[in-house]
Amino acid sequence: MSPPSTVADSAPVAVSARPRRTRRATLVLGLVGALALLALVILLSIAVGSKQIPLSTVIEALRHYDESNTDHVIIHSLRVPRTLIGLLVGAALGLSGALMQGVTRNPLADPGILGVNGGAALFVVGGIYWLGLSSLTAYVWLAFAGAAAASVAVYFLGSLGREGATPVKLALAGAALTAMLGSLTTALLITDVDTFDQFRFWSVGSLAGRGSDIASQVAPFILIGIALSLVCGRVLNAMSLGDEVAKSLGQRVGLARLFVAVVVVLLCGAATAAAGPIGFVGLTIPHVARLITGPDYRWILPYSMVLSPILLLGSDVIGRVVALPGELQVGIVTAVIGAPFFIMLVRRRKLADL
Amino acid sequence: MTTAEEAVHIISRARAVRQARTIAVVAVLAVLVFITFCVSLSLGDFKIPVIDVVKTLFGGGDRATEFIVNRLRLPRALTGLMVGAALGMSGAIFQSIARNPLASPDIIGVTYGASAFAVFAIVILGMTGLAVSGFAIVGAILTAFIMYVLAWRHGVSSYRLILIGIGIGAIATSITSYLLTKARVEIAQQALIWLTGSLNGRDWSNVQAMTVTLVLAVPLSVWLVHRLRILQLGDETAYGLGLRVESSRLGLIVIGVFLAAVATAAAGPIGFVAFVGPPIARRLTRSPGPAMISSALIGALVVALSDLIAQHAFGDTQLPVGVVTGVVGAPYLMFLLARTNRVGSGG
Repeated sequence: MSPPSTVADSAPVAVSARPRRTRRATLVLGLVGALALLALVILLSIAVGSKQIPLSTVIEALRHYDESNTDHVIIHSLRVPRTLIGLLVGAALGLSGALMQGVTRNPLADPGILGVNGGAALFVVGGIYWLGLSSLTAYVWLAFAGAAAASVAVYFLGSLGREGATPVKLALAGAALTAMLGSLTTALLITDVDTFDQFRFWSVGSLAGRGSDIASQVAPFILIGIALSLVCGRVLNAMSLGDEVAKSLGQRVGLARLFVAVVVVLLCGAATAAAGPIGFVGLTIPHVARLITGPDYRWILPYSMVLSPILLLGSDVIGRVVALPGELQVGIVTAVIGAPFFIMLVRRRKLADL
Repeated sequence: MTTAEEAVHIISRARAVRQARTIAVVAVLAVLVFITFCVSLSLGDFKIPVIDVVKTLFGGGDRATEFIVNRLRLPRALTGLMVGAALGMSGAIFQSIARNPLASPDIIGVTYGASAFAVFAIVILGMTGLAVSGFAIVGAILTAFIMYVLAWRHGVSSYRLILIGIGIGAIATSITSYLLTKARVEIAQQALIWLTGSLNGRDWSNVQAMTVTLVLAVPLSVWLVHRLRILQLGDETAYGLGLRVESSRLGLIVIGVFLAAVATAAAGPIGFVAFVGPPIARRLTRSPGPAMISSALIGALVVALSDLIAQHAFGDTQLPVGVVTGVVGAPYLMFLLARTNRVGSGG
């Protein structure tokens, strides 16, 4: 993707020690600031809704739960699980987006490019159509199975041939399979009104009605995924220089790519299973992170992990408020709020190429 | 022979081989398109032998077949062919400008803008037919214009254009899905059919619109294709080679958007054609640059074949053509990927 000149410009060249230290301090400070913002958004997400609960009560409920207090019950049974899912899904989407863009070296690669969303959607539609399933908990396993099956197929297709899974082959195979799965999904939706009626609400992407059962279903996958992805930074840095350079630096490129792909499926599969396909977050937040941090994946990954849930939970809070007594699905709000901000950022800053 | 002469000799030999290959590919594709075209004209409630179809096309059929072929079936088949060709070319242009095999008018947001406008027309304004097409064209052009203006900052870089396209596409998509969740389910499904892309009930007015588009766009894009080859080398190199980068890129984008917009207005955003045409064409012709004509032919073939299947393969249920394009195009692209990979010449 990137011409050699950009690589040379953006690689951490031998700088004297002091600027590097201050830069690191700035980045740490920025991350701490983002975490503080995230904490605020989490509190808001627990407090705001069709019934407003004062922040003091929120903190009170989190510290000393009182069953007789209705506010406490709402917080415990509805708001906290929903916020927790938003947090997990957000972090998972941001990380998997960053991993995917790093491993394919393609700014257009969202986590869905491995076929995750396409597979999940087809399995959910199939479940509604043939098995008559209609509960969100049932969708979780279906979506996860679909995501896994599709991404295994994409990886297999993309890695046929002599040099294994190169970024371009993976991206093309993923897009092709996604299109094919999309065709099958649409065919089912067009022939059956009832299936379409259920599916259209899942496919927007929403956190509404997700309880603690779904949180506990997907949490293990996402937590493992997060742990695994945070060690990928160094590998992605090497791979961003191109396969040959990475190999000469002693990377086992094929193995690294497989590892990253597995992590992406864990993260994005679980996120899609919990909240439906939400494309925008995973696609754009890594670009925002890259604008802040520069091309070093050891920073892009944690920044993506913290920034994504801020966008997702923030959008969810706004979605609950703007359309009272109903609410707007988070998948819609993230794009409508996030995209103008994203466009502004893209216009303002000098872009760090991939 | 001196080495320089030898080199020239080898290069010109290689060029000649590649040219011969391109011509062969184009010829084979054209024949395939024509066969599919004739078969799709011959099938229907009243079956007409393919021989008679060909005769009728060249003005030698009896009145009944002439009515069925020319009046009833020809507009739809022609619209399909031209929509496919337009999408194939548009995809080739966008993928080369963006230097990205994932870029196509679908992904860059132009068709998403068209879709949002069209779904708005269907769901909120209760429109059908040509009015929806009008909205789609306005949507596509407006989206492309906003994208270009927002991406302009001392010139447009392809990378910035892609990212802005993603942003605008995301807004448009979320508006579309919002409208879909708000509408009554029957109307939402009608919108879904439009979103899938369909050739049902297309008449001569669509054919005229597509013909005008192609007559304008094909010569222009063939004329600009060598600039596209240079643009593909990256902005710096293109400047160095003396290309007026911004005006060339703007011209190509205008053509690409125009093709995609008119095609989308005629048949809805038929997915995947613009995406799949160029890589298949490049792999078939082994051309290093964009293969415009082959992309157009593959686009036409994919749409024609898909519509054939969508109309006739499922008994009484007629599916919209967009459902089938993915199923038809994707396996072939994957097969090609697998084969070129085995040879070791995959991307």
